Amino acid sequence: MNLLTLVLFLPLAAFVIALAIPRASSARTSRLWALIGSLGIFAASLGLLAWFDRTAAGEQFLVDVPWIGTPNIHFAVSVNGVSLWLVLLSTFLTPLCVLISWNSIKDRCKEFYAFLLLLEFGLVGVFLAQDLFLFYVFWEVSLVPMYFLIGIWGHDRRIYAAVKFFLYTMAGSVLMLAAIIYIYNKTLTFSYPAILEMLANGKLSFPAGEQMLLFLAFFIAFAIKVPLFPLHTWLPDAHVEAPAAGSIMLAGVMLKMGTYGILHFCLPLFPSAARACAPWIGVLAIIGIVYGSLVALVQPNLKKLVAYTSVAHLGFVVLGIFSFTQQGLDGAVYQMLNHGVSTGALFLFVGILYERRHSLEIADYGGVATVAPWLSAAFLITTLASIGLPMLNNFVGEFLVLQGTAIANFTWTVWASLGVILSACYMLWMYQRVFYGEAGPEVRGHIPDLNGREWAAILPLIVMMVWMGVYSQSFLPPVGKNTARVLEQTNVNVPYRVQQWDRPPGLSADLPNPHRGGTN
Amino acid sequence: MQLWLIPILPLAGFLINGIFGRRFSKSLVNTVAIGSVVLSFLWVLKTIFAMGDLNTSIEEHYFTWIQSGTIDIGCDFLVDRLTIVMLLVVTGIGSLIHVYSIGYMSHEGGYYRFFAYMNLFMFFMLVLVLGANFLLLFVGWEGVGLCSYLLIGFYFDKKFATDAGNKAFIVNRIGDFGFSLAMFYIFKNFGSLDFDKVFHQAASAPEWVLTTIGLLLMVGACGKSAQIPLYVWLPDAMAGPTPVSALIHAATMVTAGVYMTARSWVIFTHAPGAMDVIAIVGILTAFLAATIGLAQNDIKKVFAYSTVSQLGYMFVGIGSGAFSAGIYHLVTHAFFKALLFLGAGSVIHALSGEQDLRNMGGLRKKIPITFWTMVCAWVAISGVPPFSGFFSKDAILLAAYQHSPAIYWIGVVTAGMTAFYVSRAMFMTFFGSYRGTAHAHESPAVMWVPLAVLAALSLVGGWLFPIPAFLKAMFPAIEKAGNPMLMYISVLAGFAGIGLAYLMYLRKPGMADSLAQTFKAPYQLIYNKYFVDEIYSATVVRPLIGGSRMVLWKGVDAGLIDGIVNGVGARCRDVGSVLRLLQSGNIRSYATWVLFGSVALLVAMGLLGGLPR
Amino acid sequence: MMNAVPISWFLTLSAILFALGVAGFLFRRNIITVFMSIELMLNAVNLSFVTFSYQHKEVSGHLFTFFVMVVAAAEAAVGLAIILTVFKGRSTLNIDDVNSMKH
Repeated sequence: MNLLTLVLFLPLAAFVIALAIPRASSARTSRLWALIGSLGIFAASLGLLAWFDRTAAGEQFLVDVPWIGTPNIHFAVSVNGVSLWLVLLSTFLTPLCVLISWNSIKDRCKEFYAFLLLLEFGLVGVFLAQDLFLFYVFWEVSLVPMYFLIGIWGHDRRIYAAVKFFLYTMAGSVLMLAAIIYIYNKTLTFSYPAILEMLANGKLSFPAGEQMLLFLAFFIAFAIKVPLFPLHTWLPDAHVEAPAAGSIMLAGVMLKMGTYGILHFCLPLFPSAARACAPWIGVLAIIGIVYGSLVALVQPNLKKLVAYTSVAHLGFVVLGIFSFTQQGLDGAVYQMLNHGVSTGALFLFVGILYERRHSLEIADYGGVATVAPWLSAAFLITTLASIGLPMLNNFVGEFLVLQGTAIANFTWTVWASLGVILSACYMLWMYQRVFYGEAGPEVRGHIPDLNGREWAAILPLIVMMVWMGVYSQSFLPPVGKNTARVLEQTNVNVPYRVQQWDRPPGLSADLPNPHRGGTN
Repeated sequence: MQLWLIPILPLAGFLINGIFGRRFSKSLVNTVAIGSVVLSFLWVLKTIFAMGDLNTSIEEHYFTWIQSGTIDIGCDFLVDRLTIVMLLVVTGIGSLIHVYSIGYMSHEGGYYRFFAYMNLFMFFMLVLVLGANFLLLFVGWEGVGLCSYLLIGFYFDKKFATDAGNKAFIVNRIGDFGFSLAMFYIFKNFGSLDFDKVFHQAASAPEWVLTTIGLLLMVGACGKSAQIPLYVWLPDAMAGPTPVSALIHAATMVTAGVYMTARSWVIFTHAPGAMDVIAIVGILTAFLAATIGLAQNDIKKVFAYSTVSQLGYMFVGIGSGAFSAGIYHLVTHAFFKALLFLGAGSVIHALSGEQDLRNMGGLRKKIPITFWTMVCAWVAISGVPPFSGFFSKDAILLAAYQHSPAIYWIGVVTAGMTAFYVSRAMFMTFFGSYRGTAHAHESPAVMWVPLAVLAALSLVGGWLFPIPAFLKAMFPAIEKAGNPMLMYISVLAGFAGIGLAYLMYLRKPGMADSLAQTFKAPYQLIYNKYFVDEIYSATVVRPLIGGSRMVLWKGVDAGLIDGIVNGVGARCRDVGSVLRLLQSGNIRSYATWVLFGSVALLVAMGLLGGLPR
Repeated sequence: MMNAVPISWFLTLSAILFALGVAGFLFRRNIITVFMSIELMLNAVNLSFVTFSYQHKEVSGHLFTFFVMVVAAAEAAVGLAIILTVFKGRSTLNIDDVNSMKH
């Protein structure tokens, strides 16, 4: 029993207690408990940050106890420089979700907050599990509360969206389960470190064809979650129908389950297959960036717009991962966190607007800046963060991803950078239509400025945006330690070196193609 | 040396005014905003005096901003002679315009917001100038773009203003696309983004690498400094308050492209192809913008196209290898163009918002101070010796002649047109008889004092600040063309422009209209700005939006992909609804199925000869 | 005497009993009769078990018979309870009328 298990099981305990609150007591009790509980969990996870050894690479706070005898399943959890931040992101966003749902969730309060806490449990578990079976369990556990959050507290087409979300994800994760069982049959263990150990010392190897199938089984499950074009169509529906808190957790944390899975499992387990698929995946990621941006441009619905921007932003993450460079991987991880903060904030704002005007249509707004200047200012900062303005968080991530990609393949960078132009187009156009212009009577009468509770939810996010943008050194070093390890495991780190000038021009403009040479 | 104080002071001003300004009185807002900028100016002066002979640059490292793999980007500030010139222009003119704004904005809503944005702009502009690596330059570069966006859309309830703001930001982003690609390519090739490391290695890099980098940087410069084909945002940017047009869209921000190319001179001097492109783009922009300026009736639009045209001149200087001449023109242009805009602002202020030249006239007597200060700018921009514009324009044209006589001759024609359209604006504003209805009144002292200072600088700035000599050590020397004839020709062109304007708008006032009637087609072409906005809209904007909506969203996303997804679901339901028929609820039918099944199994086993082993 | 009755007779009897049970199950509509038919089939199987057990001198056939008998007893208890409840609810024992589990 160490701090890590405490952080993992506190949400579960909070969930159980939330369930135990008698239905007769007021909704306020549930809210208060959810707020106190989630703040307590966040405090515990801060402790994790405090005791995390930033100078060491590798897994920390290991816990490994047998859980099921046959098959040999362990309760194995640990945290590394990447999952640390993702856990913190989950625990950081949950209290904000509670705050933002304070008044907007009116019926079945108790269940709502209970599901939110259960969701937190599932998410934290996904990032910590080091046993493939346990990972799968958490992967599915996180699915259930989100299904209910959308299906019960959603908008009009919530059932369609919830079922679509569930089935889409299940379709992928069943493939992953099959792959996990296959690996178990081959290695007789679910323990991820043990499998990596076997791979490292040559006791285990996946032949090319088999490796490709296993890689695809894992990758498709993750790619649906990311979501990577063309597997993204569940996302807009789920976001539009979900309540604000659901959207925040979905975009903020759940999508990162996919990218984290790719980084943590796909690359180290199946390096050759990952390398072989990288050109295709890179192209899909770029299509996602440009396509997501273009479709976002013409959305008439606020939430759909933000949902499509997620497709674009997560495209950057995938692109960074499959550049196989230190910069690209660091940028990808940083971008995961950035997206959690800035898109989380965007959904939070959309929730605030919806609570006031009861509409998600952009056309129903206009002139909000006149009546709610602080709301507009805060939204503007978030918008700017989202389009990657320097000194705000997304810039650092996008820069690293694109720089890493440029080192690997400059053509990719050219195409992906188009997304940076387009992001300005869709966000600013949306901002103009919602906040600028003359305020109509509906807007004038219904949109007050931010209140204290909303400030409490927004201010931490804005602080994080500036902090992560200005002083990335608070966050990047542990990430870099871990991504370097992943690169070492994948054995495909593109050797970075300054160009040699004596090469005849035009013969080979780029660095040696990592997908052709190398040892394997 | 505490260089960080220079940008941090305006940032503090921004934060204080931005957060608490709503509750402050106007005088307190003024104190914070102007105090911070003036303090920053004073700190620049102190830094310069502390640097002594200015021959050694100073660099300060504050903290590591981004570190990953081989990327190590610090928050580093650098001051050398080029930076000093820019710092003085930015903080000096910035202070004057801040003071002027007190008067100009006194009747406007959102007073504190205006000054907060202006201070934020100063912060980013100073970061841009001080940054010691490309990424920090880019921080300022994007930041000033943001402030430009905010200030253009300052009157945010007006759709044309926010449209213009969006346009400015997005067109600038297209430029930034090029700039960021240049940075990625620089890092890919040189392994660093620090100026000293990059420029140190640049000389040994192959030409095609440098040409690529140079052209990509040029794309960035085209966006920020409003060159063809990305100049379209600048004229629209005049939707912002006039001090903004003076500070951001004339004196400082738009010259960032010139600064950046001059800063990267090592790359450009080794990439002659890129230099040629710069020179050609510059001269084309100068010429075309000047022709558009001939026919505009909005006083700010005239000056906006003039700015585009003058920026073209600066790029001609850069492209001809005369980096110091480009910077020289940047400085003098900052004086006289800021003055022209502020003067125009004073006129607009006097006429309570009137901007149309056709509704002005005869204001010389009514607002004499504004008139006389603007005369100073007029002679400066027209290239009348010995005023400031003459020196810098002459330096550029001489260098251009060395590079290519054709560019020189187009430049001379452009100089004539420049003199013509500025004279036209002056004559239509201040001479003749008053054609408007508003009651004109002279601006308060807080507005005309900055005008007077800038007027003095416009007159004497040319020989008071001999920039080429000051920057001699920074840039490669270029040989002087010792041909005084070239100078006489360009001066003559300026006088010809003034004379023609005098003829057309004072002596024979009907002449301009009859000329426009005679040459209807060309007049309409330049009056409508070559229909560039319309062409962009028809070829880029509308296809992009229409295509995204109809093809990508409705077609691919909702139609194709979701069609497949929902189709899979629907097929599953279909199969299920067929199989459901078996589930009749009748126990005996189930039993019959069981019987059939067992019999079939037995038969199969019999045929196969027992259980499979 | 042991050889007096051939094994095949026992098996034939078992098959006949089983076929009767199947026929009863399929063609009768009264739930009680259907239930009895099931018991008949079970006992037919029991008979086969005992026969084979005797033939192979193997005790497990007897064991299975006891199992089947226990299961049959349990089934009778549960089944009759269900039938009672159904009759209470619907006042009919016609098996074709009890089809509300459809869909």
